[in-house]
Amino acid sequence: MSASNAVMAAEGADRWLVREDLHAQPGTMLGFWLYLMSDCLIFACLFAMYGVVGHNYAAGPSPKDLFELPLVAVNTAMLLFSSITYGFAMIEMQRRRVNATIGWLAVTGLFGLAFVGIELYEFQHLIHEGAGPQRSAFLSAFFALVGTHGLHVSFGIVWLVTLVFQLKRWGLTDATRRRLACLSMFWHFLDLIWIGVFTYVYLMGVLR
Amino acid sequence: MTPASAEPRSELATLLFGRLSLDSIPYHEPIIVMTFLVAALAGTAVLAWITRARAWGWLWRDWICSIDHKKIGVMYMILGFVMLLRGFADAIMMRAQQAMAFGDAAGYLPPHHYDQIFTAHGVIMIFFVAMPFVTGLMNYIVPLQIGARDVAFPFLNNFSFWMTTAGALLVMLSLFVGEFATTGWLAFPPLSGADYSPGVGVDYYIWALQIAGVGTLLSGVNLIVTIVKMRAPGMTLMKMPVFTWTALCTNVLIVAAFPVLTAVLLLLGLDRTVGTNFFTNDFGGNPMMYVNMIWIWGHPEVYILILPLFGVFSEVVSTFAGKRLFGYTSMVYATVVITILSYLVWLHHFFTMGSGASVNSFFGITTMIISIPTGAKLFNWLFTMYRGRIRFELPMLWMMGFMFTFVVGGMTGVLLAVPPADFVLHNSLFLIAHFHNVIIGGVVFGVFAAVSYWYPKVFGYRLNVFWGKVSFWCWQIGFLFAFMPLYVLGLMGVTRRVSHFEDMSLQPFFVVAAFGAVLIGVGILASLIQFYVSYQRREQLRDVTGDPWDGRTLEWATSSPPPEYNFAFTPRVHDIDAWWDMKRGGYQRPTTGFLAIHMPKGTSAGIILAGISAVVGFALIWHIWWLAVASFASLVGFAIFHTFNLNRDFHIPADEVAHVESAHTRALAVNGA
Repeated sequence: MSASNAVMAAEGADRWLVREDLHAQPGTMLGFWLYLMSDCLIFACLFAMYGVVGHNYAAGPSPKDLFELPLVAVNTAMLLFSSITYGFAMIEMQRRRVNATIGWLAVTGLFGLAFVGIELYEFQHLIHEGAGPQRSAFLSAFFALVGTHGLHVSFGIVWLVTLVFQLKRWGLTDATRRRLACLSMFWHFLDLIWIGVFTYVYLMGVLR
Repeated sequence: MTPASAEPRSELATLLFGRLSLDSIPYHEPIIVMTFLVAALAGTAVLAWITRARAWGWLWRDWICSIDHKKIGVMYMILGFVMLLRGFADAIMMRAQQAMAFGDAAGYLPPHHYDQIFTAHGVIMIFFVAMPFVTGLMNYIVPLQIGARDVAFPFLNNFSFWMTTAGALLVMLSLFVGEFATTGWLAFPPLSGADYSPGVGVDYYIWALQIAGVGTLLSGVNLIVTIVKMRAPGMTLMKMPVFTWTALCTNVLIVAAFPVLTAVLLLLGLDRTVGTNFFTNDFGGNPMMYVNMIWIWGHPEVYILILPLFGVFSEVVSTFAGKRLFGYTSMVYATVVITILSYLVWLHHFFTMGSGASVNSFFGITTMIISIPTGAKLFNWLFTMYRGRIRFELPMLWMMGFMFTFVVGGMTGVLLAVPPADFVLHNSLFLIAHFHNVIIGGVVFGVFAAVSYWYPKVFGYRLNVFWGKVSFWCWQIGFLFAFMPLYVLGLMGVTRRVSHFEDMSLQPFFVVAAFGAVLIGVGILASLIQFYVSYQRREQLRDVTGDPWDGRTLEWATSSPPPEYNFAFTPRVHDIDAWWDMKRGGYQRPTTGFLAIHMPKGTSAGIILAGISAVVGFALIWHIWWLAVASFASLVGFAIFHTFNLNRDFHIPADEVAHVESAHTRALAVNGA
């Protein structure tokens, strides 16, 4: 009788309460996705800005006069390769090989640096030709869009270097694996944005 | 001594201090000097009081560094109240100026100062009063309603709060160092461009909002993940409390709208600082692009503010009618439909742009359509009350005031949605009356309803009813006196943002409006007295049950104030009104078998990062480039340093949980509950 009462009480309690330790589902990936989507909206605004004022040359140079597609193609290749090598780093992470992961991250970082370097060269060249961001609304929008993307890549590189140090220090722990996955999403996201920039700004700019 | 502005600045001074000089401090304006003296005295008194009470350590550990969503929620509410006082001071100054500045009388505010005041009033009330109130409520209540122990990212939560505070700090600083924008609360170019606003006012505006915006966005992400991932077992989406539903929709709106504000302010900042041509009149710039983009943020923003309060009213009405909410499903769908539609109406803020009849009719129609789900909500609340046993407690009073006031505001909104009518009423005082009608009647009344509803949960004692009623009636009647004359004036064609009038026949209306503002001031004062009196009489007003209103949702299932870990055991949910279901289903409070609870640890990183951000903002406002570079580098450096800290959590031992819970059990037994 008392035993059955105790069972009833326990069942009653379990109807209303979780009696064991309940672990919340990890939310970092979802949170990071949401952040990326919000970042995507910033780029959407910059694209919209370029779309609206991108033809307003103010009697200044137009995309045809300015863009050198071969250079931009090389630059695009740098970024695409960096995405592939980041993928290799993630595969090595899955195999739990720390040094190989760090190696591929280093290659990724170098490709990223090359991308930023070429972009800075291009900017410097444009400004030197008198086609700086103040020259026309088209150039303002161009520098804002491409520059914001470049700033993102630069931050990605800083983050990547930080992660390399953390991997050396802690190895592949839950925390470092989670961070690698976040940076991976960030890096591929920037790649995606760049494909939009390359198509919409450079290719279509030279074509029209 | 000659005024410094007459002397050319030395290169060294410019290098060291940018545009900042002793002249930037408005010591020649008596009103500002007096304000500064009062603020300084009050500030010193508070600091002295904290020091005398030896409360610094407690304040630092238990509040400033706390990552407990409840304490952060309370701090948001305090920020909102403090800024409400500032925003109201601006309001009463405007009302006084407009009541006296007729004909030969110039009033007491020079136009430049008046322009700063109406700009600051709008910016402060939206960004630093309404937003902290809404975010604070969601922070405190959402985790409790879904049976969680904290939000998904507790550190980010603390950081978000301090970023919001850093933004508020910059706005307050602009009062005493330099000036604030004179452009109106959305800073339209070309007026806000470098040519027409060469001072630091617009820069204060831009950087205060950018810094606060980071906080808002992150807290949006945080709460979405919290609601999606951390609901108690059994709480499916369609069993979530309505307040949590509205919080989810609001945070989706935040994440999908605030980046647009960030982008558009970034571009305006570039125009001003670098000399780009996005929104200029020449070199191909397009000012209307700014107006479009800022309203693509701005219209969702008004729903960010009102949706959570719709949730509050839903909770309040079902609790005090003693009935399940009428039409839960339609309430949820109405909220989601409003969320989506709020993105499709932005152009109704500038029908006069010249986009043509087709575009204007599209946006006019979408705007009118929004009134359908909103109307559905109102009928749901009415049907919830119908044949309920309504208890006219304070939250219910605010609820009734809201229904009465908000419907009027909604209807004048539909009037303004008709493009031909808008061509006449655009930028008039009719518009001002309309949006105060919905924001005061909706957001402010909602916040007061929420505060009086959840105050016993937060502090363990009820609010004094008498002073609450005084506050309610002052707000309700004061609102009518303050804004009904503006409807009339608007219909007569009086435009907004005017500091002096020639037509003497308008004066009586402004005097009545000023009287209304004074009544609202008495209402605010009564609220402050209410807090004080309730604190004094907290033993009589004490509620030990944790459920003073016979509530329906999970936040009432724990003690008041809730323990650090919210729930000793995570509840299981079987019904929409989970706590009501538990009470009816024979739930017994557990008294044994407690387990250790895993909790996040407090950290000072949030306030440090936000403090450095404020310095970055200050340096960029005043063009102190070396400081901007140095502080930005230290911001990045400190953020990286923080990622090396893995010591972020701890366990509350089972003994301590048992101790806290048995203390509550004893309190319940003593009170015979």
